[in-house]
Amino acid sequence: MFFWYRINAQRIISILGSILHLGLTIYVFSFIWNNGTQTLQAGSWEAPFGITFVADSFSITLVLLTAIAGLAVSIFSASSMIPDRLRFGYFPIFHFLLLGLNGAFLTGDIFNLYVWFEIIIISSFVLITLGGEKAQLEGAVKYFTLNFLASMIFLTAIAVLYGLTGSLNMADLAIKVAEVENRALVQITAVLFLIGFGIKAAVFPLYFWLPASYHTPPSAVSAIFGGLLTKVGVYALIRVFTLIFVGDAFLDELLLVIAILTLFSGGVGALIQNNVKKVFSYLIICHIGYMILGLGMFTEVAIAGTIFYLIHDIIVKTNLFMVSGLIYRIKGSSSMRALGGFYSDYPKLSLLIFIPLFSLVGIPPLSGFWPKISLITASFNTESYWGLAAIIFASFITLVVIAKLWAEVFWKNPGEIRKRIKFDYFHKMGKYRKLGFVAPIVFLSFVSLYIGFGAENIQILSSRVAQELMDNQLYIDAVFNNVQNPE
Amino acid sequence: MEILFAIIIGVLYAAGIYMILRRSLVKLIIGIILLGNGANLLIFLLGRITEGAPPIIPEESKVFLEAYADPVPQALILTAIVISFGLQSFAIILVKRAHKVVKTDDLDEMNATDEDS
Repeated sequence: MFFWYRINAQRIISILGSILHLGLTIYVFSFIWNNGTQTLQAGSWEAPFGITFVADSFSITLVLLTAIAGLAVSIFSASSMIPDRLRFGYFPIFHFLLLGLNGAFLTGDIFNLYVWFEIIIISSFVLITLGGEKAQLEGAVKYFTLNFLASMIFLTAIAVLYGLTGSLNMADLAIKVAEVENRALVQITAVLFLIGFGIKAAVFPLYFWLPASYHTPPSAVSAIFGGLLTKVGVYALIRVFTLIFVGDAFLDELLLVIAILTLFSGGVGALIQNNVKKVFSYLIICHIGYMILGLGMFTEVAIAGTIFYLIHDIIVKTNLFMVSGLIYRIKGSSSMRALGGFYSDYPKLSLLIFIPLFSLVGIPPLSGFWPKISLITASFNTESYWGLAAIIFASFITLVVIAKLWAEVFWKNPGEIRKRIKFDYFHKMGKYRKLGFVAPIVFLSFVSLYIGFGAENIQILSSRVAQELMDNQLYIDAVFNNVQNPE
Repeated sequence: MEILFAIIIGVLYAAGIYMILRRSLVKLIIGIILLGNGANLLIFLLGRITEGAPPIIPEESKVFLEAYADPVPQALILTAIVISFGLQSFAIILVKRAHKVVKTDDLDEMNATDEDS
């Protein structure tokens, strides 16, 4: 705020802040890894009366991923955003968004979760409209309406849940919801939550706002949206359906059906798109399906697969949108028909971009491959063969889409692209700005490679998270035990 | 009292969703406002309406002796009102800008984002 018009100072503060954030998160992560779930009772109001913040291994993993993606996007936006946008407070809003994301991952109170969601969406509204181009504003109207509707449905669900149980603390709710006798009303509430979070997570019948809006803002914004915003919805779904509404056969069935349809429709949607960013938008939807599928099968192996996929997907999707921004800066277009010859012009960069693209497909040993093993094993064990078919089909479609993209953008002879006169081409930039473009992509690609080659460690992490999620008593104890022996 | 509230909430939700489904941008905002108010009233209703019983423990006792008005829903509504007020004012500005740039208030004509580019 003090440097409202001094963009360079803002850039530096933003990057330093992100590095600090990452460092602190790694510290907290290792602390929780060794000492188990930590809780914080805001204002020392004992649970379930006050607002509780809970950092179990699931939350802190997501906070860590937010920090990694946030650092990358912060560096990327320092060099890719045009100064006009930065002058209108891009960085403060960006960090507000990260604040909201962290809060949403850490809170243990369902109404507080709503508040964090609102912080996230109001900052994302500003980010998506910043610049005020025609497509941006149109996309923003759709994005705004659907997200507002989702919030209202979420609020309605909270109201009904409060009416049923008289509590807002998630651990307390987990105990009380199990005791409610009116199961039909519990089911309705669960479905309201499913719709509210489902719109945010962009699952099958509710995803139409996503491809209509995600390609309109600058790539740095798309990167943070594509990497993290839909994942908050997935996080909330996983949290609510492993903690509060557990063991309802109808809901699990519903989640499975939604997941399968999401996998199909997202994949098919990606096939016919021409704009690189739109292809990635549809692939987001497609891959949300994997996570919901794991949640729907609801075995420990399946949840571990879901967590692993979530970890992999956040890194790769953030990276891909930054890649699309890089391609746009180099060639001046994101239309697949017009692009081409990238490989002959920039062989080293192409090799770099190869990593996230094919991690997404999941060619072993890259990162997308490992979670699919867990998911496929789980679908054999639970005998959901439709799920199995959907996993394989969606992987295949992703492969086709990425192969097509690779052939069109990197190998084909370039088509006609009009040279734009007032356009900030990549090859005209200074050395440091170029570095600002490439460094975050390299950084995230290395993280992807680590997830792929160090899959064993990630598997240990996701199994542990899955164990904690399957046994919701652990979460409840963590919240209430601290009450009995306050330090 | 509860039945009256339930009817009002139902009407607000129905009207809000109807308005959101219209094609005009201004009606979209009206729909959003109605829906927000409906949700707030719903929280109020589901927190049990109790008349004339403030949540104050009498001096001579240590616990509540009879049913009292739950203060939590009111705190929730206050938060929700502030949030939806912020969102609504943002929506009005957004619609105004969109109208200026796109030069239409018909949602059906807003399809630049779906064009092949």
